[in-house]
Amino acid sequence: MSILGTRVIRTEDPRLLTAGGVYVDDLRTPELNGAARVTFVRSPVAHARITGIDASEALAEPGVIAVLTVADMDDLAPPPPSSGEWDGSPAPLGGPWAEPLLAIDTVRFVGEPVAVVITDSGYQGEDAADLVTVDYDPLPVVLEPTAAVSDEILLFPAADTNVCVAQAASADDTPFDACDVVVERDFVNQRVACLPMEGRAAAASFENGRLTVWVSSQNAQVSRFILAGALGMAPEQLRVVVPDVGGGFGGKIGIDRDTITLAWAARKTGRALRWAETRSENLVAMTQGRSQLQHIRIGGSRDGRILAYRIDVIQDIGAYPRIGGLLPFLTCLMAPGVYDIPDVQAGFRQAVTNMTPIAAYRGAGRPEATAAIERAVDLFAAEIGMDPAEVRRRNFIAPDKFPFQTKTGAMYDTGRYEEALDKALAAAGYDQLREEQRRRRASGDPRQLGIGLSSYVEITAPDPDAGETAKIEVTDEGSATVYTGSSAHGQGHHTAWAMLVQDELGIPMDRITVIHGDTDLIPVGVGTYGSRSLQLGGSAVHKAAIEVKDEARRHAAEMLEAAEADVVLDTSAGLWQVRGDPDTALSWAEVAGHTSGGSLIADVSFVQDRPTFPFGTHVSVVEVDTETGQTKMVRHVAVDDAGIVMNPVLTEGQRHGGIAQGAAQALLEEVLYDADGNPLTSTLADYAAISAPDLPSFELADSETPTDLNPLGVKGIGEAGTIGATPAIQNAVIDAVAHLGVRHIDMPTTPQRVWTAINEAQKASHQ
Amino acid sequence: MKVDLTVNGTNITADVEDRMLLVHFLRDVANLTATNVGCDTTSCGACTVLLDGESVKSCTVLAAQASGHEVTTLEGLATNGEMHPVQRAFHTEHGLQCGFCTPGMVMAIVSLLKESPHPTEEQVRNGLEGNLCRCTGYHNIVRAALAAAEAPAEVSA
Repeated sequence: MSILGTRVIRTEDPRLLTAGGVYVDDLRTPELNGAARVTFVRSPVAHARITGIDASEALAEPGVIAVLTVADMDDLAPPPPSSGEWDGSPAPLGGPWAEPLLAIDTVRFVGEPVAVVITDSGYQGEDAADLVTVDYDPLPVVLEPTAAVSDEILLFPAADTNVCVAQAASADDTPFDACDVVVERDFVNQRVACLPMEGRAAAASFENGRLTVWVSSQNAQVSRFILAGALGMAPEQLRVVVPDVGGGFGGKIGIDRDTITLAWAARKTGRALRWAETRSENLVAMTQGRSQLQHIRIGGSRDGRILAYRIDVIQDIGAYPRIGGLLPFLTCLMAPGVYDIPDVQAGFRQAVTNMTPIAAYRGAGRPEATAAIERAVDLFAAEIGMDPAEVRRRNFIAPDKFPFQTKTGAMYDTGRYEEALDKALAAAGYDQLREEQRRRRASGDPRQLGIGLSSYVEITAPDPDAGETAKIEVTDEGSATVYTGSSAHGQGHHTAWAMLVQDELGIPMDRITVIHGDTDLIPVGVGTYGSRSLQLGGSAVHKAAIEVKDEARRHAAEMLEAAEADVVLDTSAGLWQVRGDPDTALSWAEVAGHTSGGSLIADVSFVQDRPTFPFGTHVSVVEVDTETGQTKMVRHVAVDDAGIVMNPVLTEGQRHGGIAQGAAQALLEEVLYDADGNPLTSTLADYAAISAPDLPSFELADSETPTDLNPLGVKGIGEAGTIGATPAIQNAVIDAVAHLGVRHIDMPTTPQRVWTAINEAQKASHQ
Repeated sequence: MKVDLTVNGTNITADVEDRMLLVHFLRDVANLTATNVGCDTTSCGACTVLLDGESVKSCTVLAAQASGHEVTTLEGLATNGEMHPVQRAFHTEHGLQCGFCTPGMVMAIVSLLKESPHPTEEQVRNGLEGNLCRCTGYHNIVRAALAAAEAPAEVSA
């Protein structure tokens, strides 16, 4: 029996549970013996000209080795010029938008690095950083997206606009004119923090002309590529090592300016250096997510057919456009969601503001798309007085229409949307819930029940042609080592990859070692983001295993003096033999020993023709106290279909975590700034990170619709939970108070917002 | 100043800065790196350890305050190579993903189960309010705590 699809608990855990992981700051590697500490001096103002930096007082402090500013970066070439036009790649735009490593003459957000202090110890660094005097001449700030696109105050005068990427929506009103009902509304998809429990961390050592950088990242190889470009080094002069990573969620894709600066400083000073940011730094200087102002228009017929949908997005990208137009591009691509809508118009403007840069956060553009359409569908349903489940049902793309080309250009591979809805409604007991809701409404219960739906589809492995690498080596000891270009930071790659190899080769998991995140061992790789690991990285491992098997078969045939076609592998025992003759059995060790080098090696890369599109339906049940506005999540039912499930333990873990992050955005979390651009949520005492008492246990129902785009039949599951959960919970909160006249509440649906919405609706109804 | 701590049964004496936090003592002096720092406001619980058997956030205790006391970290939880029931339950229930919050979570639950050996789900959730996890959605952490409470072996620190 295949191990695939079974509940295998993780091989990673015993080490993490008894000794703890080895995260960057835990490294005790000899190269980092006596490493000095880096402390960043960061801008305390949102927008200002720097008129002077005086480090003399800091330099006089004990333990201070150096204070470095951009003026010391004379060994770096200026960034290459750019047209400022977005070419579709998730890279900074450069040109007039170029982001320096340390501020040159202007700071554009609170937390922007201005200087680095290098000290013997961390405590000395904090003391000395306080003594670096930076003179700031304040400039007016731009915070609101609408203010940003007005271009009245410019962040980059040379660009002559704050709008760095735009993609206009068609503005054809004709399809709306033909509708019985049209609803139009603004939604705020608020700025949130990625908040991996391990913040950013890096260390570097420069010896004999070679720079080694240890970094908490989602991609070692991409990090090396970025470093090579920024530091003007050949890739061979650089080694990037990614040890255990304490969560990423998009915020650790590649590396950012702070880590590049640390690596540069190690080369400049010749000192081994290390840095692990504080949470207060993390909450202002790690990229954040979402932050879209969405204007939607939805129209249809009174019998529940949606005929036209338009979304115009203003993407606040923060102070520097690090990730090009990727996020709102994905929002527009996924705008129509699971619905077969005859006319879809989607466009965006992406504008810089004086806030922390925005980049990928779990879902990266797709949660924003789903939140918009799922809220819009509920508004439409409310307007025509139809149950939201029924409106969804009437508009789904039918299962016989796949592969389905959407009006926005996506090619959905496979989907059974109505089935997912039915499963979720059945698991939740939808009719009984509505009955209970009617009862509470009729009795005027202060604790009202809200039932929220979200039917979603999302895009995973959005860059399938970038592919992923895998190398498998089976030695004459009969053990296997897997080198993967994919990058684990909690997902369970080591367990999953070993399962794939055991299944294909019959080598038991405990004899399989998985290695990731070291560019000396794995020079080529892409890494983990966009829910791409299993479908690309896993398929690469599968492909490598098959190649190793083919190679082994040739050797076994030679050893057994049999035709290759007659030699078979018994994967239950891991033995090669002539078909039907167990006496001829050869172990992997024996076959590998037959090769000239004593090992069997396959080194492959796997690319996929197109992205895959997981889907599902979430049902959220909440209780809202109408007297206080307080929401309590009572139940959360999720059907997430990401193709074949390879290990339910891992898949469920991804879904649980995803749902919690969705709940966090729907109910609690928001990065806030005051009118001057000062962050108000720069500590965990102020940022409302979701915790265990805020959540119920989750109810997961299974669904497996394979894709034919990879040999494993799998799609990505890392982000689906967040994409499905966020609008379901928001819709549930609004549904709880809909009978009081409330049609919309922006996220997070805090008690204050809910209470205000109820009171405003009541006032309006009495006028 | 001179401090004298017993960490996981081993006596450690060192001369440290007055302001040294217990968590930095554990990581940088005792070289026990399982205990992590996840925030600077005593909010996240990643640094939770046991001080004389009770859970504390070691980022909010000075090494000096712990002088003369016994500290247990994740590294000191297993006995004779056998995982503690809470560690075992985290493994079987998939109560961890990236592992960064895990040492603090495990220690917090050890302490919680000592105070309340057979908690309800609600008691576990409320008891973990001061420990943040970004990966698991707490679902399997709560299950691990409940499973550990029902584990045959005695739960003790």
